Amino acid sequence: MAKLHEKKFVSGDPEKCIGCCVCEYACSMVKEKTFNPTKARIRAIRLGPLVNLAVACRLCEDPACVAACPRDALAQEEGTGIIGVDDDKCNGCGWCIEACDYGAIMLHPETKVVYVCDTCKELGEPQCVEWCPEEALDFVTADVLAQKARRTAVKKLFQESVEKASE
Amino acid sequence: MLAYAGRILRVDLSSGKAETEPLTEEMAKKYIGGIGLGIRLLMDNSKPGSDAFDPDNPLIFVTGPLSGTMGPTAGNGYAVVSKSPATGSVAESKAHGFFGPELKRAGYDAVIFTGKSEKLVYAWIDDDSVHLLDAQHLKGKSPYEADEIIKEELGDHYIRVSAIGEAGEKLVRYASIINDEFRAIGRTGMGAVMGSKNLKAVAVRGTKDVNVADLEGFKEFIKTIHERMKGPATRKYRTLGTPENVLVLNALAALPTRNFTQATFEGAEKVSGEYLNEHYVKKIIGCATCAMRCDHVAVVPEGPYKGSTSRMEFECLWALGPSCGVDRLDAIIEAMRLCNHYGTDGISTGVTIGFAMDLYENGILTKENTEGLDLRFGNHEALIEMVKKIGSRDGWLGDVLGEGTKLAAEKIGKGAEKYACHIKGLELPGYDIRGLKTAALGFAVSFRGACHLRAGSYSPDVKGKVNRFAIEKGRGKIVMEGEDLYNVVDSLILCKFSRGTYYDGLEDMANYYTLATGLKTSAEELRKAGERINNLARLFNIREGVGTREFDTLPTKIMNAPIPDEGVAKGSVVGKEEFELGLDDYYTTRGWTKKGFPTINKLKELDLGEFASIVKNGGKK
Repeated sequence: MAKLHEKKFVSGDPEKCIGCCVCEYACSMVKEKTFNPTKARIRAIRLGPLVNLAVACRLCEDPACVAACPRDALAQEEGTGIIGVDDDKCNGCGWCIEACDYGAIMLHPETKVVYVCDTCKELGEPQCVEWCPEEALDFVTADVLAQKARRTAVKKLFQESVEKASE
Repeated sequence: MLAYAGRILRVDLSSGKAETEPLTEEMAKKYIGGIGLGIRLLMDNSKPGSDAFDPDNPLIFVTGPLSGTMGPTAGNGYAVVSKSPATGSVAESKAHGFFGPELKRAGYDAVIFTGKSEKLVYAWIDDDSVHLLDAQHLKGKSPYEADEIIKEELGDHYIRVSAIGEAGEKLVRYASIINDEFRAIGRTGMGAVMGSKNLKAVAVRGTKDVNVADLEGFKEFIKTIHERMKGPATRKYRTLGTPENVLVLNALAALPTRNFTQATFEGAEKVSGEYLNEHYVKKIIGCATCAMRCDHVAVVPEGPYKGSTSRMEFECLWALGPSCGVDRLDAIIEAMRLCNHYGTDGISTGVTIGFAMDLYENGILTKENTEGLDLRFGNHEALIEMVKKIGSRDGWLGDVLGEGTKLAAEKIGKGAEKYACHIKGLELPGYDIRGLKTAALGFAVSFRGACHLRAGSYSPDVKGKVNRFAIEKGRGKIVMEGEDLYNVVDSLILCKFSRGTYYDGLEDMANYYTLATGLKTSAEELRKAGERINNLARLFNIREGVGTREFDTLPTKIMNAPIPDEGVAKGSVVGKEEFELGLDDYYTTRGWTKKGFPTINKLKELDLGEFASIVKNGGKK
């Protein structure tokens, strides 16, 4: 199993995401050589104007999609944690899609097999992260995200105590 | 020919039949897409003299060549073109967001709706399959409500919807069509034409690829534009947004106040972009593919309008605020929300209410007419009430004002037309053109009526590049160049907020176009297309009897009521002599006759010779 700190995935920051879908377009451009968000491995969601977030595969520990596949078409790569799809074995049944809590694995409209973010491993960096105009996407590990959350929480706490002290 | 879908869809709402036809390369090159292609399709698919609400009048949804690509702003637009119920002339309006690219991915450069459905329906365009579905249950729903219900019932939340509200159904002559909650085909009453056809909404799902000719080159180009979008060219739109104009124009005494009575507003600080951003803007969001993001979403935190949420831009803020003497942003945000709810153009709605307030203050409208409403300037409760009444054509006054200032003035009589601030029937936007005279000329000759975005001719005035207090020889050229450029911009459907990122102007745009489509073009060829489009629009207006010199006018107040405010602009008003000089200069520059007809030679030069008969008989049918 991959160590936590090695598994980097694409994470969206809801504070920064503006729902522009540049990530979707960049993904289809890089992966499919065309412009078509319905073939993107990352999808942006807008719930009303104030809630925006892009979602891609989070490379879960013990991924439900892999467990759900009755044909052993999915496998998690050692080290990177990327979900690999064996196109010959996948018959598009969609059990993995049901199993994923994030809607991060999808059925390809043309090939009719499932596809999922592979963090653009052949290019080194996920291209959606490169293109995001708001720097709302990060290529990070879960422990780095936890670090960030801790820092934000402590900063907030500190700010409040400073404000209180100055009252 | 890449990037284009290569197909036009024709939907006859009377019979329910849908068919497609190819878009030829010649048509694509000559008219680009967007408003250019739309105006050409309007010319070819309309009967001379048809009323805007006649089933014969086509309602044309058009994408641009770049719609559906990752091109910032041009990737996400669409335009709607028809004959306007407000002006009787060419109507066109654009909106960005997410609808345009979806329509392109469904495989269409344009959709021409003709005829009239017996019952209220919505069009469901699912790639190649086109159906008209019952929309009786959507009657009276806001565009956003209709959007949500349609997505729910079709079972796909990625479907994009462009819809009208109650105002469109009830033929308010400045009704809008709205997509993605706040994005409006706002001006010239396209929502009313849609309503006249019993077409509540257009719902689209597009899953096809949009390919460009030179993917690597295109990628590099958009990377450059993305970088520029982070720089000074878009600073205004990313920071305070267009409401920054409030204080800028107020300082120039160019902020029309109380229906063009004053040119400065004592409440300007309270409705400024600065105040809006500090107290109300909750988040700035973006359209598909855009690296700029400009949508300032304002939420009212407290008070009687608590929770009211709307996107805010300068023009509508001005129309519903200073133009009505209202200095409360919470009320302005609520009024804007209601415009989006009913589906009316915020500019025309505000200017029309300001006009009614002016009539009320001058005794032309009385409490009897207003059903007891105290319609004085500055009464924010009256403003809110009137937006509702207009949106639903409720009561005598709501119904009359739903006709727009021009027709409303005729119906009200008693000299009301002297207070009506429109050109050709389209209400003025927020620039006091008594002291911005290049803009005055540009607004007067615009083919869709009073509009700051047909030529951007306020810019040299505001930036101090010309003497803004006089119309002199040479302004015709400024207006024409602005028009031809903006015709290209609106045919590529570039967002005008991004115009500054094309450092080399038409050169950049030609490059952009060729990288995407593979069709060779140049700055000069694009400019000529822009000129062609302007002349074609003029020809349509002449054909419809509203395209000659006597229609290129300014409102009574602009030419007769000098700016009263102390300061730089005091006393400024557009004089008849300078205005006529400006028209002459513009027509000469355009190669038109003194009466404002394009000459046969000009038409031939622009490959418009086939329309010579329209000008040959002097515009008479």
